[in-house]
Amino acid sequence: MTTSYNLKMLRVNLTEKSIKTEILDEALAKKFIGGRGLGTKILYDEGVAKVDPLSPANKLVFINGPLTGCNVPTGGRYMVVTKSPLTGMIASSNSGGVWGARLKYAGYDAVIVEGKADAPVYLSIHDDKVELLPAGDLWGKESTVVEEILKEKHGKDASVLNIGPAGEQLFELACIMNEADRAAGRSGVGAVMGSKMLKAIVCASTRTVIEPFDKEKLREVVTESLRKIRENGVTGQGLPTYGTAVLVNIVNNIGSFPTRNWQESYFADADKTSGETLKEKYLVKQGYCHRCPIGCGRVINLNGKTVGGPEYEPIWAYGANCGVEDLEAINEANYWCNELGLDAIGAPTTIAAAMELYQKGYLKDEDCDGVPLVWGSAKAIVEWTKHMGYGDNKLGRLMASGSYRLCDHYGVPEFSMSVKKQEMPAYDARGIQGIGITYATSNRGGCHVRGYMISPEVLGLPEPLNRLATEGKATWTKIFQDLTAVIDSSGMCLFTSFALGAPDYAGLLNAATGTNYDVEGVLKVGERIYNIERLFNKEAGMVAGDDTLPKRILNEPIPSGPSKGEVSKLNITLPQYYEVRGWVDAFPTEATLKRLDLL
Amino acid sequence: MIEIRLFATLRENRGKILFFEPENFRDADSILHELNIPASDVAILLINGMHSQPRDSVKDGDVIALFPPVGGG
Repeated sequence: MTTSYNLKMLRVNLTEKSIKTEILDEALAKKFIGGRGLGTKILYDEGVAKVDPLSPANKLVFINGPLTGCNVPTGGRYMVVTKSPLTGMIASSNSGGVWGARLKYAGYDAVIVEGKADAPVYLSIHDDKVELLPAGDLWGKESTVVEEILKEKHGKDASVLNIGPAGEQLFELACIMNEADRAAGRSGVGAVMGSKMLKAIVCASTRTVIEPFDKEKLREVVTESLRKIRENGVTGQGLPTYGTAVLVNIVNNIGSFPTRNWQESYFADADKTSGETLKEKYLVKQGYCHRCPIGCGRVINLNGKTVGGPEYEPIWAYGANCGVEDLEAINEANYWCNELGLDAIGAPTTIAAAMELYQKGYLKDEDCDGVPLVWGSAKAIVEWTKHMGYGDNKLGRLMASGSYRLCDHYGVPEFSMSVKKQEMPAYDARGIQGIGITYATSNRGGCHVRGYMISPEVLGLPEPLNRLATEGKATWTKIFQDLTAVIDSSGMCLFTSFALGAPDYAGLLNAATGTNYDVEGVLKVGERIYNIERLFNKEAGMVAGDDTLPKRILNEPIPSGPSKGEVSKLNITLPQYYEVRGWVDAFPTEATLKRLDLL
Repeated sequence: MIEIRLFATLRENRGKILFFEPENFRDADSILHELNIPASDVAILLINGMHSQPRDSVKDGDVIALFPPVGGG
């Protein structure tokens, strides 16, 4: 029977220098869909939850979804799943570009990397020809330099995924880059790759098509999905025209735009850093991932060079959160994140934490290598990004371990605006109650894309919710988290969910793989995925109190602006959330596990 | 005065920030009418940072922010 799964995985052991092809069990794949879900299941079953994240015992899974490479809108995404050195819990970082599709066309649903090489290597995949090759000459080089060298060697159609100097030095904020400016950004997945001395994976393929289970049906549901995406105001107009940074002015105008390391939540100069300004001053053209009809990516002019531009998150993190209004400096700092392989949320939010340490006297001028960490310093955000990525001074190396370790080093971990040691993104949970539940309960730590409650609470999609209310938010968060787990596991982009809903994703998966999901069924798979992640975390040592928010969010009211006086009401919403999840003290009950076929 | 902040495509041919005398406007809809913006083009209407409807009343000192359909993450 034809299916969009390849039903084939690569297992590469770097210690033994062995490469094996394994059969992927189809029933298991369908139970967890693929990507984030299946990757977590594989690691959980192989006992990875208990290992040291930077030891050879950790495993790194690069995994597609069943829709990756298919002729479906945004069907080109892959996930990197591993145990995070940043959080000590599950890491699953999603990326676009074309690398995931290239792996699928080459014939594999996943690559599982184990062990540790004794010298730098890279993995070359070209259909059935898979080999480990020396990478000593690539070690120390920046992302686009590595990509250029490997494309020269393996052909311009080859896709390159790699780590920069940050990953080589095992920094907890290291990410994995592909296609120059696409990133599996969060949770330190680049450090795990560096710990294995794996510099890059090059992927090339002869095949360019994936045959689905039901070609006619897939064409029908794709046509309908495309129509919805094109006719939707967000995916058809807003994102293509302004990119994600159009959010700058919206979130600032509701007074929930964290400013100067969340000490305030309204930035008077926000418009100077907005998507509108980015378009007016720097935009060259839109950027597209594989089979994307949206094109939210920004290709910009940076001092005469055409490069990938910043998303909303780094614009906020380098901008308002560091008190910086200079968009050109933000563009440059973001460029260095990509070149050096740093998480473009974690790195700038850690700079913001360092600025608060400097403001309050914990960091002195003599610590700052001639570039004081003062609020609003355009020079500081660029230079300290480089110090973090290259690890060329003591403070830069400490900062590259993330804001929690940095602030803890100075005895004030409460200055780290993180959950489970991962920095929270660009929405103040004091002024948007539902996103606080998402942050607190995210299995990978502080994160907005594990249940994007901004959609109903700020954008009014699919229906408007009062952002300051708590009623019903637990249930909404659970549904968003479960649906997101489905999308992340399918190989599609989360941004399609502005236009599509559970029935659309179920229809696409059914046509591609031969499953028979209805809405309830597909959401149950999402719930299963959320719960297997939680089981992984439990085995990794997570405790109930880890589902929380920084004290500043719980206890310090927003001091000014449209959300003045607000704090997070997590004390009300978290028990409600556990109840709708069927969890007690942060973990699933036996009845819940049985219901989800996890026992 | 009532401060009107326009964003994204709503800025085209209108500008970024406008100020209106309050006595001429009783609700947000009357301001949209003055600006020649169909209500259907406005996805997010904020009055003093709170999500609001065109029928909601406005008064001296209010800040009104208008956005077309936009999103991100």
